[in-house]
Amino acid sequence: MPAATDGLGARLLIAAALLIALVTLVVPLALIFASAFAEGWAAYVANIMQPDTLHAVFLTVLTAVIVVPVNMVFGIATAWAVARYDFPGRKLMISLIEIPFSVSPIVAGTIYLFLYGQQGLLGPTLQSWGVQVMFSVPAIVLVSLFVTAPFVARELIPLMQAQGSEDEEAALSLGASPWQTFRLVTLPNIRWALLYGAVLTNARAMGEFGAVSVVSGSIRGQTNTLPLQIELLFNDFNVVGAFAAASTLALIAVATLVLKFLLERHAQ
Amino acid sequence: MPMTSLQRRRRVMPGFGLSMGIALTYFALIVLLPLVAMAIKTASLGWEDYWKIVTAPRSLASFRITLTAALAATVVNAVVGLLFAWVLTRYRFPGRRLLDALVDLPFALPTAVAGLTLVTLFAPNGWFGRYLEPLGIKVAYAPLGIMAAMFFTSIPFVVRTVQPVLEDLSADVEEAARSLGARPWQVFALVIWPVILPAFLAGTTMAFARSIGEFGAVVFIAGNLPMVTEITSLLIFIRLDEFNYPAAAALASVLLLVAFLLLFLTNSLQARVLRHARRD
Repeated sequence: MPAATDGLGARLLIAAALLIALVTLVVPLALIFASAFAEGWAAYVANIMQPDTLHAVFLTVLTAVIVVPVNMVFGIATAWAVARYDFPGRKLMISLIEIPFSVSPIVAGTIYLFLYGQQGLLGPTLQSWGVQVMFSVPAIVLVSLFVTAPFVARELIPLMQAQGSEDEEAALSLGASPWQTFRLVTLPNIRWALLYGAVLTNARAMGEFGAVSVVSGSIRGQTNTLPLQIELLFNDFNVVGAFAAASTLALIAVATLVLKFLLERHAQ
Repeated sequence: MPMTSLQRRRRVMPGFGLSMGIALTYFALIVLLPLVAMAIKTASLGWEDYWKIVTAPRSLASFRITLTAALAATVVNAVVGLLFAWVLTRYRFPGRRLLDALVDLPFALPTAVAGLTLVTLFAPNGWFGRYLEPLGIKVAYAPLGIMAAMFFTSIPFVVRTVQPVLEDLSADVEEAARSLGARPWQVFALVIWPVILPAFLAGTTMAFARSIGEFGAVVFIAGNLPMVTEITSLLIFIRLDEFNYPAAAALASVLLLVAFLLLFLTNSLQARVLRHARRD
């Protein structure tokens, strides 16, 4: 409803909203880049090219590259099962998927420590086989899988429920194989929501801090992801270095917002 | 006997076994198994030890600090979120699309980056701190900082739950109320508010749950002083660092229970939002 914007009350509300957004959203974003470039472009590049920071970038990208496709497959399978069939426990399943979303990241890290840690449920057995999960890259990947597990599914479920299965039924009755139906009918129907879910998964996987800091061991140049590296630099009183590292993640955040904007337009 | 559409669908649509198999196996391995490990660890404590850990002064202080800050942040978020949702759906003004996109920034921005940014803004020589500190308002390394971090990281929840409901609210109902002589505040209180209330409550519950669990943004700005600015998540982290696993398990189980409770509450509220939507 493009209502009257001329009333005094309306103008006051708009002004208040814009002012609050300026203080709580725009200024913080501006500060990140202003601080990262506080000592000039050369210092910025030097900060990013620090070996430890570069390794953190590598580890962060590696985590996202594994986590995003795996959770896309999980998200599609879950949404397909929940939106296309009726079975006992279906509603329960929809709520249970949300668990990782509602759990504190520290608790997420802790439950993994109690599974794969030295005193954990599986840790000692795995260790006797020579498999070390905790305080290494696999642990970082596992907790990242946990915290981002719901993102794709929660984008797809409402969409696939709303779309119904008429398109797929038509394709099947015309003789398409199940795989053809999925690739040529389902996938095109859900692609924007799927992409959006993947974008959200990526942002969270790259930015996860609490859960990763419990299980990674934060070994400099080995198991430090970018968010952990930011904390390390900050604790070393290297604020410009911390902001340089933070600016890369902030850029990804801005890209996420732009992609979301574009994907929503496409979806309409 | 006529077949229901679901029965027919189940017979025609392929891939039930495959999709269910992938979903359940993955869910069991990634989500359930660690939760079971945690439950076993906590159960091995015994009730007496458990109670002793959970009611220790430092634990109780952390609960109090976390809850107060989360409540305060949620109240502010409820007001700001409602304002954003209202302005975004009801008015056309320059910068509306930009505001709509920016609302999601706290979700897209990693919490460590948010924490680093907030502590720099509110430091005594920071962009905000230099004006607030002379007034005697201390945010960085103070309880107010915890609230600020929790507020920032959960800004989108109320906006994004209320916004679609406000958009769907048909204009003719308001029009009718107005033409029958209702004043603007009466239209809001009697027509709009009852419709958006379930969504509003679901959004505030989610914001509250997120605030209670928030770690990254808070640890940068809180100062992390035991009994004063130490949140429960941080106390768990410290106990793990000291290899005091029983204490970490007990405290984590408290946060986990609260999270389950709030998840249940959110789900029931959202079921209500859906029922409302179907009635139209």
